[in-house]
Amino acid sequence: MADLSTEFLGIRSPNPFWLASAPPTDKEYNVRRAFEAGWGGVVWKTLGQDPAIVNVNGPRYGVVYGADRRVLGMNNIELITDRPLHVNLREIKVVKRDYPDRAMIVSLMVPCEEQAWAEILPLVEETGADGIELNFGCPHGMSERGMGSAVGQVPEYIEMVSRWCKQHTRMPVIVKLTPNITDIRHPARAAKAGGADAVSLINTVTSITSVDLDAMSPEPMIDGKGTHGGYCGPAVKPIALNMVAQIARDPETHGMPISGIGGVTTWRDAAEFLALGAGTVQVCTAAMTYGFKVIEEMTEGLSLWMDEKGYGSVAEVVGRAVPNVTDWQYLNLNYVTKARIDQEACIKCGRCFAACEDTSHQAISMSADRVFEVIDAECVACNLCVNVCPVENCITMEELAEGAVDTRTGAPVSSTHADWTTHPNNPAAVKAAE
Amino acid sequence: MPNTPQTPGIVNARLPESLLDRNFADIHGPFATHEALVAADRCYFCHDAPCVSACPTEIDIPLFIRQIQNGQPAAAARTIFDQNILGGMCARVCPTDILCEGACVREMAEGKPVEIGRLQRFATDAMMQADHPYSRAPGTGCHVAVVGAGPAGLACAHRLAMHGHRVTLLDAREKPGGLNEYGIAAYKTPDGFAQAEIDWLLQIGGIEVKTGMRLGRELSLAELREDHDAVFLAIGLTGVNALRSEGEERDNVHDAVDFIADLRQAPTKRTIPVGRNVVVIGGGMTAVDAAVQAKLLGAETVTLVYRRGRERMSASGHEQLHAASKGVRIVTGAIPLRILGQNRVEEVEFAYAVEEGGNLHAGDETFCLRADQVFKAIGQRLDDAPGGLALDDGKIAVTGPGRTSIDGVWSGGDCASGGEDLTVTAVAEGRDAAEDIHTELTGRSAIAAE
Ligand SMILES: Cc1cc2nc3c(=O)[nH]c(=O)nc-3n(C[C@H](O)[C@H](O)[C@H](O)COP(=O)(O)OP(=O)(O)OC[C@H]3O[C@@H](n4cnc5c(N)ncnc54)[C@H](O)[C@@H]3O)c2cc1C
Ligand SMILES: Cc1cc2nc3c(=O)[nH]c(=O)nc-3n(C[C@H](O)[C@H](O)[C@H](O)COP(=O)(O)O)c2cc1C
Ligand code: SF4
Repeated sequence: MADLSTEFLGIRSPNPFWLASAPPTDKEYNVRRAFEAGWGGVVWKTLGQDPAIVNVNGPRYGVVYGADRRVLGMNNIELITDRPLHVNLREIKVVKRDYPDRAMIVSLMVPCEEQAWAEILPLVEETGADGIELNFGCPHGMSERGMGSAVGQVPEYIEMVSRWCKQHTRMPVIVKLTPNITDIRHPARAAKAGGADAVSLINTVTSITSVDLDAMSPEPMIDGKGTHGGYCGPAVKPIALNMVAQIARDPETHGMPISGIGGVTTWRDAAEFLALGAGTVQVCTAAMTYGFKVIEEMTEGLSLWMDEKGYGSVAEVVGRAVPNVTDWQYLNLNYVTKARIDQEACIKCGRCFAACEDTSHQAISMSADRVFEVIDAECVACNLCVNVCPVENCITMEELAEGAVDTRTGAPVSSTHADWTTHPNNPAAVKAAE
Repeated sequence: MPNTPQTPGIVNARLPESLLDRNFADIHGPFATHEALVAADRCYFCHDAPCVSACPTEIDIPLFIRQIQNGQPAAAARTIFDQNILGGMCARVCPTDILCEGACVREMAEGKPVEIGRLQRFATDAMMQADHPYSRAPGTGCHVAVVGAGPAGLACAHRLAMHGHRVTLLDAREKPGGLNEYGIAAYKTPDGFAQAEIDWLLQIGGIEVKTGMRLGRELSLAELREDHDAVFLAIGLTGVNALRSEGEERDNVHDAVDFIADLRQAPTKRTIPVGRNVVVIGGGMTAVDAAVQAKLLGAETVTLVYRRGRERMSASGHEQLHAASKGVRIVTGAIPLRILGQNRVEEVEFAYAVEEGGNLHAGDETFCLRADQVFKAIGQRLDDAPGGLALDDGKIAVTGPGRTSIDGVWSGGDCASGGEDLTVTAVAEGRDAAEDIHTELTGRSAIAAE
């Protein structure tokens, strides 16, 4: 079995799966259950100043379902912990004492004043926690009070608060980023500039999940009204993966440890985050949907996959895919593929035909007896047919060998790399020496 | 002592009432909403979907399933009824394994088609409770006689009424519905569904139903033509083929269709007598339904004997499996020779069939089955065909959308040539004839107006 033990900012955990700061980590009771179930660490539900905030007393969550009520995305209008600070601190302390091998990170959110941070940090340090995470991401409620994503959207504030934290504590500082921003690299750079040790991302995406069409109000609805919430779960994973990759390959932040968050539901999701540069992953929605037991599939799955691939440790996986993330302009335009339909596997639903005929390139023919075939001379290799085919591996993309003629363009396939930077249609093309 | 399956002779109440109730309850209960959503989600929304072409009424199945998926079963029902006004009955009785579901690509992919029939029921049930969704076009002043109130006649009458024609729907029997009311197995359409569906259908208005009116007795085609602008004949197949075996006249040898009709009409199945050892002769839906229901009434043994191979049985594979699952023994390749006994039947003698040059005849090897009750189900045929109509292989010859050899007379359903003898086919033929009649009548009045 591959070794899943992880070291992140010097913090050890038996596996890279941490529970993200959220309801699953709001209380001693939950966190003990999580550790018993096998979670590698937790980021405690965000603490704030006393008096504790209050939550709404009506529904807090809304969801987007896939087939069979499978939760694809969830949104919430919950705030940070609504329990007194000293209660949380006392619980953090006893849990860390009882589970010294697990990562215990404490999430914090206090006003943007140095004094506020200087006061809370020693209290957290006293619990024996391994590190802190600055919640600059919460997009609802707290942001209206100048905290959460209101800070995360202003790189200067991120830098400032990170610096205060580094000055007032010896604990490692992780900055949790909001995705509700145009270019994720700026807040990440600011965190680094402020001396933060790592970033974690993403927090939730600003959202309205649905509208009650009878009441004409957003869901979740509180007394006939609704407000935007934060979106998370499988639906946000693509957004999170991209942002993690952007930070991992940005020359200014390259190498900065990342804790990947957003839609991690299976071992495979975790492996993808690791490959794009995350050193640990954090999970919220999957645990809230299925309970803590999902950790078993996650750890066993990851370890089995690592064995199959010959990876001895998590560290060997981290960042493996980063060199292959590039900009569009560097993609090889001489790489030519065509869709191929496996007639044996085809069940004749005709979805590829409808998709290509109506919305793409009229590159699939349909016979009276429902035989579907690709017309190479029209196929631009967009992949839509592959995507909409309900049968796995029935339609595949096959690379044309060097020298073969692409009947669509009439040109033979070349094995040399050619991209947009040198393409004649590009006004800014780098001219080859004349 | 109460009767049991082992009680000799022909007796009623072989099973306790509670078990009889269960045996004759809805065979495939309705989907709950969530079940329907899960089932609907399996539909791939195929392009030019094969299931649609496999449905004789060509319901837009992917569309109605998508409407269920998106929370509008009433819209789904509308999609169904637009094509098939008896979509509720068809959802219950269609042999979907050889129709839409047989063509479903998921049948090919995984041997598990989308459950189209049950989804259709989910959608149509929803609207059956609501007001009738169609209204009549302004009256045309034309008057059409529809003879036979089975599925073909009902579908035709409804479509004609929609187009604003006045319809008189005539039927020989006491209740309208045809085999929907007197034929279909009781567990496929329990709780008076057939009549409820007719009541709902008639809400369109403009249809006058007259029962107890038989063509050839109270009615003649000549008079009907005289008094109406068009006539649609949908009189089904009410004649029963004879066995032509020695001893057929012995007591307790019945036509399966009568047994089935009695079952359908009995408010409680407790009153229906059935033999201890029952033999059913035939290989179609009637044979299977008689056999299964005899078993469900508590007969100790029920044997269905068919002269050809299983693959030639017109009862679908699914129907055969259902019969087997209820404990009916199916014997194929055997021809009845003699019905033996004193006055009453006691045994049936069969010979194994031998096929020579495509012809089937009794071979030398024979066997006997004990029987105190025999049901004959070797096919129905057309009775009461009015003289002067051209026939084709014993049925009323039609071309195109049900045009007979006589001008102004259309025909459809089981009594007309072409098409399978199925409820859904009857509906399609009734509907299409109505459209043709409508075109003809409106064309005629347009000319008259000039
Ligand atoms: C036992 C049995 C079970 C069946 N099960 C199924 C099944 O599960 N699924 C399926 O799809 N199909 C089934 N069928 C076939 C299906 O019932 C018929 O194909 C369908 O009912 C034909 O409709 P129709 O309108 O042509 O005729 P019918 O339903 O037979 O209706 C004909 C009507 O005409 C009336 N009539 C007859 N003669 C006269 C006359 N001279 N004057 C006035 N009225 C007259 C009759 O009283 C009757 O009401 C079954 C058939 C039988 C016999
Ligand atoms: C109900 C709920 C409450 C949350 N509360 C917090 C919080 O207090 N602090 C925080 O940093 N993130 C909070 N989050 C965000 C999660 O920690 C996490 O970043 C996000 O849900 C994405 O991960 P996921 O897709 O695994 O759920 C909350 C999320 C949910 C669903
Ligand atoms: S890859 Fe795109 S263009 Fe080619 S056949 Fe498929 S859908 Fe059509």
